Amino acid sequence: MSGTKRKAHEDAMTYVIIGNGVASIGAIEGIRRHDQKGKIVVIGAEDAAAYGRPLISYLLAGKIGVNQLALRGDEYYAKNNVELKLGTTVTGIDTAKKAVTTDKGDTIAFDRLLIATGGIPFIPPIPGVQGEDIYSFTTLAHAQTLIELSAKIKRAVVIGGGLIGLKAAESLHDRGVAVTILELAPRILSAGFDEKAGALAANRLKNVGIQVNCGVTAKEIQRDEKGRVKGVLLTDGRFLETEVVVVAIGVVPHSAIAKDAGIKVERGIMVDEKLMTSAKDVYAAGDVAQAMDQLSGEHRVVPIWPNAYNQGYASGRNMAGAKEPYQGGLPMNSISFYGLPTISVGVVNPPEGDETFEVVAILDEAKETYRKLVFRDEKLVGYVLVGDIDKAGMFTAFIKFEMALGADAKDKLINAGPEVFLWPEKLFDETWNPAPAKAAR
Amino acid sequence: MKRVYPDKDYCIGCHICELACLTAHSKSKDLILAYTVERGSEGLSSCKRVHEGGPTCVALSCRHCDEPACVAACISGALQKDSETGRTTYDREKCVGCWSCLMACPFGAIARHPLENKIVKCDLCADRPGGPACVAACPNQALKQEER
Ligand SMILES: Cc1cc2nc3c(=O)[nH]c(=O)nc-3n(C[C@H](O)[C@H](O)[C@H](O)COP(=O)(O)OP(=O)(O)OC[C@H]3O[C@@H](n4cnc5c(N)ncnc54)[C@H](O)[C@@H]3O)c2cc1C
Ligand code: SF4
Ligand code: SF4
Repeated sequence: MSGTKRKAHEDAMTYVIIGNGVASIGAIEGIRRHDQKGKIVVIGAEDAAAYGRPLISYLLAGKIGVNQLALRGDEYYAKNNVELKLGTTVTGIDTAKKAVTTDKGDTIAFDRLLIATGGIPFIPPIPGVQGEDIYSFTTLAHAQTLIELSAKIKRAVVIGGGLIGLKAAESLHDRGVAVTILELAPRILSAGFDEKAGALAANRLKNVGIQVNCGVTAKEIQRDEKGRVKGVLLTDGRFLETEVVVVAIGVVPHSAIAKDAGIKVERGIMVDEKLMTSAKDVYAAGDVAQAMDQLSGEHRVVPIWPNAYNQGYASGRNMAGAKEPYQGGLPMNSISFYGLPTISVGVVNPPEGDETFEVVAILDEAKETYRKLVFRDEKLVGYVLVGDIDKAGMFTAFIKFEMALGADAKDKLINAGPEVFLWPEKLFDETWNPAPAKAAR
Repeated sequence: MKRVYPDKDYCIGCHICELACLTAHSKSKDLILAYTVERGSEGLSSCKRVHEGGPTCVALSCRHCDEPACVAACISGALQKDSETGRTTYDREKCVGCWSCLMACPFGAIARHPLENKIVKCDLCADRPGGPACVAACPNQALKQEER
């Protein structure tokens, strides 16, 4: 017997996770759901335990303190039996020998590896962009730098009118800095929102005194003889004096170590329905991954928080052997602008002229409310809400569960809003009131 | 875990569960004060909501899902899954009012607090010795708390 039976400690898996963001937290929770014994090692380049990355704008705005950033409690890692190596960067992955090396000179072996390295700020090749006075806004360290800086400066130019740029602008404004936003696209929030929602949000920002310039960007960042930033020359010929420039165009997948290891990378690290990469037993999740999108069935990089957690979770349970595929990502964003809440989910800007989509939109500029519903094949596939967001989750249900709508139900959805009685009977029973044996979780 | 299951075949839309929820989450623990005073002054609201579709009614609140969409979406860690009790817990102090959970929960179980940038969500009456007040209050046993 002794020859065939493995000892208990050999049975336990070693999971190594590169990165300590929300995808990593999802993975820990996904693994622990199915495997209590395995060893989990998390290696994170940043010094802090996993924190709410979006919260750095709340920190910069002075709305919360550093002690409110942690995503989980103090005992979290210990309780989940996770060995946490912070301030440590993984420098290489050997997929054949199943080991990673770190900048501290350690080699760590794994049975299952998760690459959850997130994104890095994209810095466009604008003349003058290299050097002092140029900042990014994606980490706690960046936020702390900008907090110190905001006491010393009067003006800032933010390049990028997407989520991160707007949040940086808003928070700097709250610190008393005069902020100008530059957005190359004809409107802010061009990725997740449409024209009308973008305009309502832009109005709020303008009303508090933030300058919003669309259809224009930086042609050159000009510096004085000491190399300090003087101002930004715009593509429309204007010159904006400023002391600092925050480049917040977005993030690109932080995939270099995967590429170096010979793992298949397109825009992000390619993963299958289990979140496994082209290398066996090596998985990827979060902003670094190019994973399946629920609605299109295509593989896309959608760098948002819920997808990162869900991919982490799905990779975790699959690494632990649960064989439950990832359900696919759903683009979704919830952002408020000085008290004006906005939510967008799914397909909100269907391709122009594509008649398979049907759009129903109602704008009330006086009330600052907007509702847009996007249908395809008699199903809801996307929506935007501004102002009145209270029924958002119920709208999300119709997209997520891909409910087929009869003409009557669709009519009610448009005119009266989403209601649980529009759900198919079977879905209602399975989720809300299942027969004891069939309880859907 | 034991969850609260609503049965629309027995629900008569009397809203008593909502009132029981309101009272259970009030400071005074008194129905009249909860309704007439705290609703206005504290923004006290029920986690339970009775939905009506013609003659059919059903009282819904957080399902305490096994793999909750709200936890995945929560940017602050205010919403978490308690692996021991199975509850989806909410830490009011941590919440920054970003409404990500409200967007992500496909069961419409999260509401905005009427006065503050916080949410309102069922906690299964965690501190109430007798368990969920709504279940105890329903005159028709249209709400059952059981293991399924
Ligand atoms: C200001 C701001 C606001 C945002 N607001 C929202 C929002 O409201 N809603 C939303 O959905 N999304 C928002 N996002 C996006 C969201 O934060 C990301 O989608 C999410 O953090 C991605 O999680 P992740 O775990 O994949 O990666 P990350 O959070 O980027 O974590 C990856 C970690 O891996 C580390 N790492 C990288 N390489 C290595 C290595 N070689 N070795 C060790 N460690 C490594 C990094 O240092 C980092 O700590 C916001 C982002 C920013 C910057
Ligand atoms: S709030 Fe919604 S997603 Fe979260 S546990 Fe409750 S029902 Fe599930
Ligand atoms: S509103 Fe609060 S609980 Fe909901 S996702 Fe945001 S921080 Fe989390």
